[in-house]
Amino acid sequence: MIVISKIVIGYLILQGALLSLISSIGIIRLPDIYTRNHAASKSATLGIISILLGVFLDFWIVEGYMNARIILGIIFVFCTAPVAGHLISRAAYNTGIPMSEKTVKDDLRAKKKRSVQ
Amino acid sequence: MAFQILINFVIALTWMFLNNHYSGISFIVGYLIGLFIIFSLRRFFSTRFYMYNVIAVIKLVFIFFKELILSNISVLKVILSPKLNMKPGIFALETELKTDWEISILANLITLTPGTLVIDISDDKKILYIHAMDIEDVEKAKLDIKNTFEKAIQEVSK
Repeated sequence: MIVISKIVIGYLILQGALLSLISSIGIIRLPDIYTRNHAASKSATLGIISILLGVFLDFWIVEGYMNARIILGIIFVFCTAPVAGHLISRAAYNTGIPMSEKTVKDDLRAKKKRSVQ
Repeated sequence: MAFQILINFVIALTWMFLNNHYSGISFIVGYLIGLFIIFSLRRFFSTRFYMYNVIAVIKLVFIFFKELILSNISVLKVILSPKLNMKPGIFALETELKTDWEISILANLITLTPGTLVIDISDDKKILYIHAMDIEDVEKAKLDIKNTFEKAIQEVSK
């Protein structure tokens, strides 16, 4: 039982670390702020959640100490990360940061023009 | 819905007082009895039996986690592919949801869906502007949002 749970805990923490690594690679590789935001707001969220879940299970099963604050931390990260991503990209759009040349379609531009006139 | 939960609590407290036995177990037993009473008297309430809403909330949480995992897999595919040949873009989506909390939950869900991120909400709260990683599967994303998320959120607030 302990051995199986140790394997699961190790998998969770490794998965979280790998996801965080890949999201930082994405922040370097992707062309503009909006696509970078995709990588930052999704992979980092799941990465942090799985690391925290691994820590929680490790303290609970192996050490026999249940820490509810970690669960609260998971819930807070889960609720706030998408909102932060939304706010950053909205602020970027409103201050007129250009999108990469690959961009095909922009429905928001028409609306902004209408409101200026 | 909140009114039914309050009544259920009062029934559980009454059960504890009737038994003269104050513990968590006795509260849970009283709560289950209250649940049964409210279910039998559900035609006297203006809203539906509140357990349906609770089940809908649980379903919504499961959708959240499923979408988080799927969107991570799709982002990984984009980042780790040798060539970056996606076509990003912004598209507009009309929503039928009315109240503020429904729209903010929908926006959070969309942000966690594969390849989409909410950028702006129009002032009359009818159109969401969404940045998509790959504009080619927008139609599929639109259908997903319409059929899955909006229905799940409407089910909660019914």
